[in-house]
Amino acid sequence: MATESRLELGKRGEQAAVTYLETQGMKVIDRNWRCRYGEIDVIAEEGPILVVVEVKTRSGRSHGTALESVSPAKLAKLRMLAGQWLSAQSRTFDAIRVDVIALECFAGDFALRHVRGAI
Amino acid sequence: MAVARTRSVALVGVTGRTVEVEADVGKGLAGIHLIGLPDTALSEARDRVRSAVVNSSYPWPDARIIVSLFPASLPKRGSQFDLAIAVAILGAAGVVPAQRIADLFFLGELGLDGRIRAVRGVLPSVLGAAGQGGVTVVVPSANSAEAVLVPDAKVIPVADLRQLVEWLRKGDDPPQPEVEEYVEPPKATDAPDVDLADVVGQPVARRALEVCAAGGHNLWLLGPPGTGKTMLAERLPTLLPELELDHALEVTAIHSVAGVLPSSAPMMCRPPFVSPHHTATAAAVIGGGSTIVRPGAVSLAHRGVLFMDEAPEFPRHVLDALRQPLESGRVTVSRAAGAVTFPARFMLVLAANPCPCAQGEDKEDACRCSPTVRRRYLGRLSGPLLDRIDMKVTVARSSRRELLADRQFVEPSKKVAERVLAARERAAKRLAGTQWRSNAEIPSSVLHADFRPSAEAMHPMTTCLDAGTLTARGLDRVVRVAWTLADLADKDTPGQDETNAALGFWLGVR
Repeated sequence: MATESRLELGKRGEQAAVTYLETQGMKVIDRNWRCRYGEIDVIAEEGPILVVVEVKTRSGRSHGTALESVSPAKLAKLRMLAGQWLSAQSRTFDAIRVDVIALECFAGDFALRHVRGAI
Repeated sequence: MAVARTRSVALVGVTGRTVEVEADVGKGLAGIHLIGLPDTALSEARDRVRSAVVNSSYPWPDARIIVSLFPASLPKRGSQFDLAIAVAILGAAGVVPAQRIADLFFLGELGLDGRIRAVRGVLPSVLGAAGQGGVTVVVPSANSAEAVLVPDAKVIPVADLRQLVEWLRKGDDPPQPEVEEYVEPPKATDAPDVDLADVVGQPVARRALEVCAAGGHNLWLLGPPGTGKTMLAERLPTLLPELELDHALEVTAIHSVAGVLPSSAPMMCRPPFVSPHHTATAAAVIGGGSTIVRPGAVSLAHRGVLFMDEAPEFPRHVLDALRQPLESGRVTVSRAAGAVTFPARFMLVLAANPCPCAQGEDKEDACRCSPTVRRRYLGRLSGPLLDRIDMKVTVARSSRRELLADRQFVEPSKKVAERVLAARERAAKRLAGTQWRSNAEIPSSVLHADFRPSAEAMHPMTTCLDAGTLTARGLDRVVRVAWTLADLADKDTPGQDETNAALGFWLGVR
């Protein structure tokens, strides 16, 4: 990859994550949902469970790994956002789960790690 | 993704307790969690360990790392666990074989570049580990001189993490540390550049000092300034023999915990001489500190001399806090974080002026202090404290003739030290098979059961006891001094001469 902006890298990473989630049998409900408090990258459902996914893409490891850059504060915020999203929905779920998908770009290809139930 | 386990040592006072360090590298959000009651310095180990591992070019596991220090209820402080944590993580990550590290002990603080830095209290830590028998301890190379003093532990000094990990991987001979240039240790501060022969005109005080050195007794010197009280006390260490190995280890361990051990002279062979200033607080004298309890002056003077110059100037509660260590030979410091016991068997030497103005009472320019002021001044040395002082000696100003006459009687420290050593050997032979080595250590019950002087020799004491001038504890102390006098005179048991002299020393200043 010559010069790809961080925005483009993120978008590409998110697309890769969605593709991965779908192969895992999850149904993606919404992407890049925003409200005044923040943004949820991917909202999916796995059976009766609502899954809120944070997708983190990094171009390398020189500034630390993608997985460790997701802080507990970020996860807590996602949980709050999940509530915000749910309050605007008519349907209900049995449980809510927060997942993290970390993508690292090596030589144009992605290395993907999926942490289920980060909190 | 696995668990690896290794060992380190936590210090509680001056005793080391084995701590198991477990690392679990597993699924979850990447990060490192340290559990098992760490303090701030230990919590920061996470960042030090990570940087050290990465900068030694080993992979840092991109996974959830949990490091647990067992027993979890024991509060752990300081940075000496860094090395064990790093090795446990590398073991769990598969960089070093986990079974190689399970039985080793690791001590040391990590620098960010992977170098292993010296820590405090290595000697007591290695001693604590050696209690397990047949152990191998990895220590920072800067601490190796101290660690090898422990007889039954194999010590492996390492200088940086890379060197250690390569050794653990290959399993060949332990890394040989570069032999450091041997530096001639600077002479200890109490090296004989002072000599008892310097003190002219105080024959009684010199004799008292000799008895004090021979039996390990406490001494109170009372007299106007300029009579040589401080000089006498400073010369007491020159009369004492070298410490025996086990005592030297105890003393070195305390100094190691206090962090005052010179790296060039790891073993303290000479009895320490500690002279706190009179503004010292109770915590400085007894030991204290809010989180890490450090040994105080009484423990630093263990097996040596604690000299309190201008004793009445010390705060009264500091002086009275000396009573427990004087009686039991150890001191217990209680803090919110827990109670810690330090050894504190020292010889107490007090020096005091008779009154605040400190003018001689025998000259024309007599003291201008009123009797009340004088009473109040010396009254700061409480009765119970003075009751624990075996010998009390008044040093008076000597006239010119006395000084000249005494000049031919002064003896160099070396000569007196020989007599002291002979007397100590006699006492040690008599006390063979017990845990005590000097007369001052014999407990009261044993003193009266096994070492009671003849009824005739006891006569002066019984008279005083009946008259109420001698307490039961005072009696014990007089008998101990009498035994020392007998040892110095090469007698088998103290006779009436010795008991009379001992009683004279005990009653001393009145």
